[in-house]
Amino acid sequence: MRDNPVLRVVTKITLPLIFLFALYVQFHGDFGPGGGFQAGVIFAAGFILYGLVFGTEALRAAVPAAVLRLGIALGLMLYAGVGVVTLGLGGEYLAYGTLAHTAAHGQHLGIFLVELGVGVTVAAVMVAVFLAFAGRADP
Amino acid sequence: MLIEAINIVLLGMLAVTALAAIRLHDLFAVVMLFGIYSLLAAVVFVVLDAVDVAFTEAAVGVGISTVLMLATIGLAGRHEKRPAHRPLLPLLVVVVTGAALVYGTLDMPHFGDPNAPVHQHVVPRYLQRSADEIGIPNVVTNILASYRGYDTLGELTVIFTAGVGVLALLGLRRRRRERPGPGQSPP
Repeated sequence: MRDNPVLRVVTKITLPLIFLFALYVQFHGDFGPGGGFQAGVIFAAGFILYGLVFGTEALRAAVPAAVLRLGIALGLMLYAGVGVVTLGLGGEYLAYGTLAHTAAHGQHLGIFLVELGVGVTVAAVMVAVFLAFAGRADP
Repeated sequence: MLIEAINIVLLGMLAVTALAAIRLHDLFAVVMLFGIYSLLAAVVFVVLDAVDVAFTEAAVGVGISTVLMLATIGLAGRHEKRPAHRPLLPLLVVVVTGAALVYGTLDMPHFGDPNAPVHQHVVPRYLQRSADEIGIPNVVTNILASYRGYDTLGELTVIFTAGVGVLALLGLRRRRRERPGPGQSPP
């Protein structure tokens, strides 16, 4: 598909919008539908579209394997780490109330961090699975 | 009245799509039909007011899994192989299981019944107090990330494990084609 100019141009125009929408879903999930999981999938879909149109080699150059491996582990560690921090601050595991000076602020911060962790791991896993599958079909 | 008509049309289209996917032998067309099926299911979830679930279904079912199945077809071939066995016994098993499931739903509470047990356990407390306790308007986010934070941590661990499993089996690096494996034609 690399030789199709319409696909290339349309992909380049839509990619920023897809990533912007993913960020919106990630950080607006408190108020509208959405959250870390959906945002991670949309983020990954943007990368996968890039890989479909420009080839998996270009996607590998854009997202190195080390970054993907790091992202897969980092999101889960961020989620679990929030729980460890709440433990250290004297609360229960994943009870976010202790994270800030008021319980409601702590809940906001905790949910924000936890959703961020979900988004990072989901996006990295989806791109990694796509690369693992599609990379085997490369000539 | 209108909502019933929309539901009937959507569920009918779901059934038609599923039947068409069963009948076809071109797997590429089947994957496309699965995408349409997921999109219809997402619309059904919107009609049921479950926008978060609809969002997930649209993103995962239509987007990611279609691409992954296409990648698999690219590796495994486009056309379905003729089955080596008779379909009668599997059909009987499926019909009996389906009949048992439908029989099981007869005892379930009526659809949308506010007195159903599932709506009487912890849901009233979540709905009434999440605005005070957490202060985020989207109750779904509150339940997933805060009240049921352990469950979501478990789900994320499942996704993490799936990713690690795929990487362990297939790997991220590009394969050097030194020895073509079984079923692959040499370049």
